[in-house]
Amino acid sequence: MLHVQGIEGGYGKESVVKDVSFQVNKGEILGILGPNGSGKSTLLKIISGILPKRSGTIFIDGKDASLYSQKEFARKVAVLPQLHTHAFSHSVRETVDLGRYPHQSGLFSTWSDEDEQAVKEALELTAMTRYKDTAIELLSGGEQQRVFVAQALAQDAPILLLDEPTNHLDIAHQQQLLDTIRKQAQDKGLTVISVFHDINLASMYCDRLLMMNDGRIDSIGVPQDVVKDESVDRVYKARIKTQPHPELPKPQITLLPDVQVQSDSFAVSKNDFTISPQFVTLQIANPLKTLSSAVHNPGLGWYRTFVNRHVDADYNCDDVQAEMARYLEQQGFHSTDTVGMMTAVTTEHAEVEEYKGDFGMVIIAVTAGVGNAVDVSQALAREQRVGTINTWVIVNGILPDEAFIQAMITATEAKVKALQVENIMDPLTSTIATGTSTDSLLVAATQRGENLPYAGPITPLGKLIGHGVYDCTIRAIQTYKRAKGWTN
Amino acid sequence: MSKSLVAYIVSAVTLVVAVWLGVSIGTVEIPISTFWNLTADPIATNILWKIRLPRVVLAGLVGASLAIAGAAFQGLLKNPLADPYTLGVSSGASVGAVMTLFFGISLPFLGTYTLPIFSMVGAGLTMFLVIGFARLVDRSMKMETIILTGIIFGSFLGSVLSLMIALTGEELRQIIGWLLGSVSMRGWNYITMILPFVIIGSVMLWLNRRELNAMLFGEERAHHLGVNVKRRKIMILIGGSILTGSAVAVSGTIGFVGLVVPHMTRLLWGADHRHLLTLSFMNGATLLIICDLIARTIISPTELPVGVITAFIGAPVFAFIFYRQRRQGAM
Repeated sequence: MLHVQGIEGGYGKESVVKDVSFQVNKGEILGILGPNGSGKSTLLKIISGILPKRSGTIFIDGKDASLYSQKEFARKVAVLPQLHTHAFSHSVRETVDLGRYPHQSGLFSTWSDEDEQAVKEALELTAMTRYKDTAIELLSGGEQQRVFVAQALAQDAPILLLDEPTNHLDIAHQQQLLDTIRKQAQDKGLTVISVFHDINLASMYCDRLLMMNDGRIDSIGVPQDVVKDESVDRVYKARIKTQPHPELPKPQITLLPDVQVQSDSFAVSKNDFTISPQFVTLQIANPLKTLSSAVHNPGLGWYRTFVNRHVDADYNCDDVQAEMARYLEQQGFHSTDTVGMMTAVTTEHAEVEEYKGDFGMVIIAVTAGVGNAVDVSQALAREQRVGTINTWVIVNGILPDEAFIQAMITATEAKVKALQVENIMDPLTSTIATGTSTDSLLVAATQRGENLPYAGPITPLGKLIGHGVYDCTIRAIQTYKRAKGWTN
Repeated sequence: MSKSLVAYIVSAVTLVVAVWLGVSIGTVEIPISTFWNLTADPIATNILWKIRLPRVVLAGLVGASLAIAGAAFQGLLKNPLADPYTLGVSSGASVGAVMTLFFGISLPFLGTYTLPIFSMVGAGLTMFLVIGFARLVDRSMKMETIILTGIIFGSFLGSVLSLMIALTGEELRQIIGWLLGSVSMRGWNYITMILPFVIIGSVMLWLNRRELNAMLFGEERAHHLGVNVKRRKIMILIGGSILTGSAVAVSGTIGFVGLVVPHMTRLLWGADHRHLLTLSFMNGATLLIICDLIARTIISPTELPVGVITAFIGAPVFAFIFYRQRRQGAM
């Protein structure tokens, strides 16, 4: 569709853009990234014909773009401008009408049905139909930008160029605008080249990205191949980390500030735990990086309060999450800063213990109820009933994501071993149980102090976790058995 | 569509009314029926055809030319304060015209057209100089920059004019009155002298009505919409210069018509040049016919130069537009 070959050019004597070649296919969205002054806007201006090129060729539909007349070019390529103010007021309709300029010819060129259709459709697509008689300066920035999107769409060109289209727009308008363009690319095969300031937006909406550095192409390819820690660091001179987008297979970046929030180093100890008939809580001043299968705030996050709440064995509720959030607020916990679990076990039977190693200390907290123990290897249909072993592993140290997962494996293995040693049977299968039907696990780390890259069973951290979880689980089960009168 | 139709009808009706008032009111009342009544008073017929009608037609043509030129300049420069007078283009045209008289130039083949053509050349040169200089001062060509440049060139050319007049002594004294702007005692030959240029200039501008709409959003935007910006810009500047030059050649510098009329028209009917140009043309004719009527009747039997009346209305409007633009922070 559009083929750029060996482009060189810029404002003054010095070339801002040097030897740039790439190709964009029909229906594709190509994002141009790069730091300020890298030549990304200049490249777009050269393609759109505003700036002259010193050498190279631009092919549109296989034909040299410089052979097109101004109007022919405008029938092939539409450009969405950045927002600016205007001296006179035009109505929305008049502004969008202008998009049909390249399709009109002759002295008395009349407005054709095709023109009318294109304008109506463009207004429709951008949801501006009801504003068509409004003067554009009375609209908000986001709405004004939509008018110009409509103008560009009315131009009905197969290629659309955008220069930081979301500048000065709030996030809702950014999303609307890019969704509209994305939809046009998908439905109508519109080919889009857009300069982006925001790497995350570009990654989300573009099929391919082109990263400019000092006037040259640094990298070009699918977002996964362009938005990488080291390439962004190299080109933008900024420390970042990439993460997956929660819904799309696209990388997103997060800045890593060089200046950390100043706070004293801190450590969690057994004294930070409180045990009452209602719940076991851990409350500290600094947030812990937490990975858990809790009821309230599960998954990965940073939290300062951890609650293991006692509920009656016949607790039943349609919306457990909402009830739990309400309960936490009622008890004076800040629900966005709290991880919450439930257990039918008497919370006063919780086992909390410190385990010290060379690097620092690990605290393990376990509540165990094994009334509904399950042998996970026997996949039988069974009624789901409450019976819970809740395990917390609190680490004083810095853990990478993979160490969190290793810690969870190690803790689970230790729990299984404890059940085996305590001879807990699955009542349905009469085999040794591996857990209960609704066990929960939480691993939290201070992310201060020693770097602890691994938590497998033979690493220093893994050894402590394995031993600690095993130890606490055994004791918790024994307490449970005594409370239930299973033993003397 | 119906709104613009209403605009054309209203403008046409007011123009007809203005013409009617213009020919009938004066020291001698002339009934409009004199036009078709063959048995009417021969003196009245004479006054109507020889004095009143040419004066009204000339005022109409001058007003129309200045107004459509003003509308085009404002659109091209995205500057609501631009008009042939504030840009100094009228002064340039005056210098061209006075130079023709001063040196007694009469080019072969051009004959009576020598004066308007020199006037147009003066207007065109000034236009390009003012815009060139303003761009040199400030690439973004802010509203104030252009107007200041217009004032600089206008005052300089004004002093050139004064110098030429002082050097000629008595002969060109009447020029001073002419400089203030007047359409009196010109007759039909002046009309035939400028009519072709008014038509050429107006058509040139009207052909760029859609391009002017595009250029209101900036030259870059117009380029992207498919407008051949350079060619169209030159065409508009030449068209505007032809109109200003021909208007100045017959009536001297009449200020603010090109400012007030497009502004009022835009306020009433919108900024779309597809209609604005034609409507400004009609309303410009109406305004100058009325202003001329006031100029010759207000302190009758003495006549004021019509430029005094237009400046009397125009300067406050200028101040108002300036105030509003600055308060809105537009541009």
